[in-house]
Amino acid sequence: MSAQNLTLVQAVRDGLHTEMQNDEDVIVLGEDVGKNGGVFRATEGLYDEFGGDRVVDTPLAEAGIVGTSIGMAAYGLRPVPEIQFMGFIYPAFDQIISHAARLRTRSRGRFTCPMVVRAPYGGGIRAPEHHSESKEAFFVHEPGLKVVIPSTPYDTKGLLISAVRDPDPVVFLEPKLIYRAFREEVPDEEYTVPLGEAAVRREGGDVSVFTWGAMTRVTMEAAENLAAEGVDCEVVDLRTLSPLDRDAVVESFRKTGRAAVVHEAPKTGGLAGELTAIVQEEALLYQEAPVERITGFDTPYPLYALEDYYLPSVARIEDGIRNVVEY
Amino acid sequence: MGTMNIETAEGRLEALRRMCTIREFDDTASELFADGEIPGFVHLYIGEEAVAVGACSALEDDDYITSTHRGHGHCIAKGLDPERMMAELLGKRDGYCKGKGGSMHIADVDAGMLGANGIVGAGPPLATGAALGIDQRGEDRVALAFFGDGAVAQGQVHEALNLAATWSLPAVFVIENNQFGEGTPVEEQHHLDNLSETAEAYDIPGITVDGMDVTAVNEAVAEARTRARNGDGPTLVEAVTYRYRGHFEGDPQPYRDEEDVEEWRERDPIETFFQRLRDRGEITEEEFEAMRSEVETTVEEAVEYARDAPEPEPEDAYEDMFADPAPEIAQFAERLRADGGERGGDR
Repeated sequence: MSAQNLTLVQAVRDGLHTEMQNDEDVIVLGEDVGKNGGVFRATEGLYDEFGGDRVVDTPLAEAGIVGTSIGMAAYGLRPVPEIQFMGFIYPAFDQIISHAARLRTRSRGRFTCPMVVRAPYGGGIRAPEHHSESKEAFFVHEPGLKVVIPSTPYDTKGLLISAVRDPDPVVFLEPKLIYRAFREEVPDEEYTVPLGEAAVRREGGDVSVFTWGAMTRVTMEAAENLAAEGVDCEVVDLRTLSPLDRDAVVESFRKTGRAAVVHEAPKTGGLAGELTAIVQEEALLYQEAPVERITGFDTPYPLYALEDYYLPSVARIEDGIRNVVEY
Repeated sequence: MGTMNIETAEGRLEALRRMCTIREFDDTASELFADGEIPGFVHLYIGEEAVAVGACSALEDDDYITSTHRGHGHCIAKGLDPERMMAELLGKRDGYCKGKGGSMHIADVDAGMLGANGIVGAGPPLATGAALGIDQRGEDRVALAFFGDGAVAQGQVHEALNLAATWSLPAVFVIENNQFGEGTPVEEQHHLDNLSETAEAYDIPGITVDGMDVTAVNEAVAEARTRARNGDGPTLVEAVTYRYRGHFEGDPQPYRDEEDVEEWRERDPIETFFQRLRDRGEITEEEFEAMRSEVETTVEEAVEYARDAPEPEPEDAYEDMFADPAPEIAQFAERLRADGGERGGDR
């Protein structure tokens, strides 16, 4: 089996390319995705290979891009709209929430919305607010949407292919901080990574640490540092945030009895609260310490001078995990 | 008008000086970005100076404007201080937004500047709102929105136009058609030859002017302002101009050739305005050189000011969330003191 060493953003491109070859109904659209290959180069070369009917440059109109995609999906195509930054998605929020998420149930299954909205999310690139935010919880809160966040190039391609083939709408959030941070072997062939399944990145018996996306790497680094102190972390990368892999969460927590959650989104209303509730509901009698939430602040994403404080750092994650273990 | 009345020789020289200041400010921002002193994203106004200065020279000092992600030119034209602007670009505490907004979010309500804006098309509704307030209070002011050709595709721009037209508000809408919405040419994004034709849909006056000519922009906006003040509602002005730099600094610009840029540079708004004033005997070559070197000094001093300004304190992250201080500030500051500031954190 042939493979290439790809970055995460190259794996996005590879996944799109694979599905565009497989299925002529797959159509990419968005701002500068065609001739320019996307602001992050995620669609590089696709316009030349598949032409302007399948890789569509749109005006700056997010509500129009997503709304049109929903119509395309209802018609029978498989649109993959790109929103340039997650913080630009709000003009399209109404279309995603009021229509994409509800088309199937509203029409009692007669209409479906097989659409993947791709958007780079998250901080660490020294840009303010809309260019750095991480608001996955908005979409997880809406029934009828699937929400996926990969953390490795291999998973990116496999999850993206699954998302494109999924019969329902998927919000596919890409951790732009690690778009080019490292490479990994990615098979040239098509393969899928199933939606809704978490991955245990590091097995351990002392404490479960749940995370996703760009935070997975810093969490792994913290876990290795703590191993030197004799704290054995189990790191679970959730990969899909909706539907959540409750079984994986509960199984890990039953083993360790202690948990921390690391996410860069603000704390209040973030997914860490939901994960805490899951372990309370399903494994209360195993619980030996409060769940620690290691998160961004309840503020708009700050400019660079304060960004290093806002984002969970290796040191802050270590501290949080120590709190749980030493409780 | 205001401090920059282009109908007087003195006002014309001030307009020229502000255009030079914008150019120098953004040339310097480009260098600072390349050197890594300005992180994040920077969108430069170079080439479009006649639009901001032409429009603002038709406004009174207490009129309002809204700006865009490409907002440095609007700020300088409206009379904001380059020192505090540069401090904001560098994320410093003495910046207009205490270093929390950056290049894309400079605002100064005292100067009538309701904000640069990272979201394309988000400014016009704010101008409509300010115009509604002006109208209800019966004030002698207007609100002017700058927005790009790309923004004309955004729904909220049309909602703003419709509201302002329907309520006959004292608003002026200025499209800066710089030929590209990010990296896609304007003709691939719109079905109209002239974006000012959009006005027909709202039954308001629409006019397209040469956005490389500061007096042409001034005249159109002055007329629009008079109309607005007479209670005759908003006007849509399209200023046709050109963005010399990429959409953002670092943009590889595969969508155009250097020759395209050179063609527009031949009609450079600063150079052509200077020549006109020189031919009228209002400024000599030597005086223009002197003006340019003064402007250089102004911007150099702004950079020094910004470099020397303090960084925001970590607990500033929680400041200005609400009128009442967030309780987290105390917890956060306490924790930072406990660990010497290394870990951040909000427990």
